Amino acid sequence: MDWMSRNLPYLMAGISVGGQYALIAIGYTMVYGILRLINFAHGDIFMVAGLIMVYSTTVMPIYIAIPLMILVTVLLGFLVERVAYKPLRTAPRMSIMISAIGVSYLLQNLALYVTGGLSQQYPAIPWINDTVTLFGATTKRVTIITPILTIILVLLLVTLIKKTKIGMAMRAASRDFETSQLMGIKINSVISFTFIIGTFLAAIGSLLFFTNYTGVTPTAGAMPGLKAFVAAVFGGIGSIPGAVIGAFIIGICENIIKGLGWTTFSDAFTFALLIVILIAKPTGLFGEKVTDKV
Amino acid sequence: MSTKKKTAWNAGLIAALLILLFLLEQVMPSSSMLFTVLKKGAIYALVAVSMNLLNGFTGLFSLGQAGFMLLGAYTYAILTIPVEARNSVYQYFDGGIIQFALPVPVALIAGGIVAAIFAYLIGLPVLRLKSDYLAIATLGFAEIIRAVFQWDKLGPITNGSNLLRNFPSFRSVLFPFIVAGICIALIVMLINSTYGRAFKAIRDDEIAAEAMGINLAHHKRLAFVISSFFAGISGGLLAMYQTTIQASMFKSAMTYEILLIVVIGGIGSVTGSCISSFLFIACSEWWLRFLDNENLYIGGFHVPLLRPGFRKVVFAIVIMMVVLFYRQGIMGTKEFSIEGIANFFKRKPVGKKKKGGASHE
Amino acid sequence: MSKENVLKVENVTMQFGGVIAVDNMNLEVNEGEIVSLIGPNGAGKTTAFNVITGVYAPTNGAVYYKGNKIIQNYPQGKMKKLYRGENPMTYTGQHAIAPTPDKITRLGIARTFQNIRLFKSQTVFENILIAKHMLRTSNIFTATFKLNGKEEAQMRRESEELLHLMELDDVRNELATSLPYGKQRHLEIARALATKPELLLLDEPAAGMNPQETLELTQFIGRIRDEFGLTIFMIEHHMDLVMEISDRIYVLDFGKPIAEGTPEEIRNNPRVIEAYLGGAQDE
Repeated sequence: MDWMSRNLPYLMAGISVGGQYALIAIGYTMVYGILRLINFAHGDIFMVAGLIMVYSTTVMPIYIAIPLMILVTVLLGFLVERVAYKPLRTAPRMSIMISAIGVSYLLQNLALYVTGGLSQQYPAIPWINDTVTLFGATTKRVTIITPILTIILVLLLVTLIKKTKIGMAMRAASRDFETSQLMGIKINSVISFTFIIGTFLAAIGSLLFFTNYTGVTPTAGAMPGLKAFVAAVFGGIGSIPGAVIGAFIIGICENIIKGLGWTTFSDAFTFALLIVILIAKPTGLFGEKVTDKV
Repeated sequence: MSTKKKTAWNAGLIAALLILLFLLEQVMPSSSMLFTVLKKGAIYALVAVSMNLLNGFTGLFSLGQAGFMLLGAYTYAILTIPVEARNSVYQYFDGGIIQFALPVPVALIAGGIVAAIFAYLIGLPVLRLKSDYLAIATLGFAEIIRAVFQWDKLGPITNGSNLLRNFPSFRSVLFPFIVAGICIALIVMLINSTYGRAFKAIRDDEIAAEAMGINLAHHKRLAFVISSFFAGISGGLLAMYQTTIQASMFKSAMTYEILLIVVIGGIGSVTGSCISSFLFIACSEWWLRFLDNENLYIGGFHVPLLRPGFRKVVFAIVIMMVVLFYRQGIMGTKEFSIEGIANFFKRKPVGKKKKGGASHE
Repeated sequence: MSKENVLKVENVTMQFGGVIAVDNMNLEVNEGEIVSLIGPNGAGKTTAFNVITGVYAPTNGAVYYKGNKIIQNYPQGKMKKLYRGENPMTYTGQHAIAPTPDKITRLGIARTFQNIRLFKSQTVFENILIAKHMLRTSNIFTATFKLNGKEEAQMRRESEELLHLMELDDVRNELATSLPYGKQRHLEIARALATKPELLLLDEPAAGMNPQETLELTQFIGRIRDEFGLTIFMIEHHMDLVMEISDRIYVLDFGKPIAEGTPEEIRNNPRVIEAYLGGAQDE
């Protein structure tokens, strides 16, 4: 029991962080599924969502700030796609990836300019920030809410993709981009919709993630973004359940490593895990095998 | 133009450039931003060309460059810190376990070799991966290397997460130019050889290249190891330039910067990478610096928005413009002909204002 | 096995998941022959080529080149349970031999592709020159420092000669992909010849050609066989071409060889007629 209460916080933190990664990872995996693009800017949009929250709470009450933050973040995600990715639809894949890196660079520098490089105190959100005791371990309520909320959102998303017309269009587009266009699917609105969902989930993820941390810095999105992407690759990029499971595995492993006192290696471990899985199963846990036609 | 005449022209140009640099150093104050840009630009040109060898010429999308630079920089620094300075540098680790110092050229090459050895070992598993997966795996390896070098237990060698300093650096701009120049020349010679042709064949069509008897695994590994060797040397140069190093410098953001330089210069163009690295460094460090000045007045008008950090925003927007509207980069896949190079240096008198650079982008 | 066998395919089965693409194939190609492999679309012809050239390791069976076993495999791992082909035990326990395609090419077996695969950013001349890379004796250092001048000059000279022979001199410096379709096919064959093969595998060399071009190609194939002393094994749909130049023909249907013989024998073989007409009725 003693061991349990000593290690439970790490496990719970792991599940919680895993949930946050999952919310970001879905954005990566959905975009990759359709555009075959590693959206390097996704982590930075997550960071910008944090900053919007910081600045908006200084001028308005929190219950207005939260929906506003989500709205503005979604708008940003939509605009990034329209401005930086859409013009490159017919360009080689490498160009779009570079454009994503460019957007990431721009967002980070913009954040640097706005914040002056100082870490911004994230507002304390009532209720979810309260301390609760679970199985003898003290933690913030957000730790418990995160995995539950993540799973609810994922189930909603899966239903959306399975049951609705736009979901069907998304599945078609990720199966075969060109043919789906020929079948009369409005590919641009499908892609926009994908980015909207992805950034919406990232905005919620940022709310949960930064609540646990004291501040937002211009590079705060880089590492969670990279890890969420690793989670997506780990689970088999393009697969939503894969991304979620990958994110939980990575979140938990990372925190167990921290619990063991190997904090220096918590990031490195994530990547080591990725490389091992890529070598053993090059398309991730749930990815489909693709073979080149000769 | 005959090959011999070309070589003569090249040699003449290079000599002229070096003499020009030498003269500039005599007449201008060494604190001039020009020298900062030239030094850093030369180092980045080398690493950009090494990345281009991989991404542009062999078609392997690798994002591990910062990791290999780290290896080169650390190897160089660790091997050259004078013995008498070691106690103060490794103050938390009883002076470290290495108690000798090597001459600068040997240590630079050693840096390249260490990076190459790591590349060989990393390449064995990851080079089988395709495009994006290779990119993310190499990025991951760079992050792992960075973490390992910050580990306390390796402190007696790497000084943990503390700064390494007191190693020899260079004062003259000629040093990085000559070293980077030799390395880039070697890469160009490689690209023009039968091996370079094989690399390009792999880039164009792996399956056809294999059917032409080109051993994919062997050639990909060669390109990866050679590229990393030169990235290691540029890491050593960067250490010399900065005079202190720390593992936390070599983030993936550094790799992205190098990638942007390669793309802006033109994927598959060596001269493009070189030109673009000087422009990139000049823009980010020098030409746009006035944008950081809060108290800039034009006439009596106080220019709004300007404050520290604005320069980088403008710079990022410029880069986005290039990426979106000049997809081929400055050079595309072409190279400057000798006449072109001659014209270029005639057109761009060093030390002039931003116009010259901007028109290229 | 007799000595004049250049290529011998023995009990080769290729199964992808539950689908058998090549079913217990046995065939022989003798020295100096032109042998054609025909069959309806999806009969497994290209897959057979891919097995011979090392792109896929066969699920079961062996391939011999000039009497030496160059490829061999038996159902392993997941395939142990899934395997539905014939002769599952013949090769079990023997050493699996799975060379990569480049090794096969270096043995002297060159190929072309059904969907032309030229090096698109390279000129016609460079496309051929690249194929000479595998014949090098230089290593990366001697090549970089240009210590292999003699060899490099020889590579270039031989490529020039080949260009001349293939009547491609006039487009020497054009981008390979800017050539008209027929010329691209020629270039692909020229590039394969640059590796100095003894056995040439042609995958639908006349695909997309008009009757005039097909006729020229027919003569061309005959000519290169004689000039380079080649053995040719090809997949082709144009029956005129096949009947005209083949010494022997193998017919494949649903992955299984259903007939073998001279053009005359094949033309009158009831099973072949049925396979083709039957296929036509289905479609």
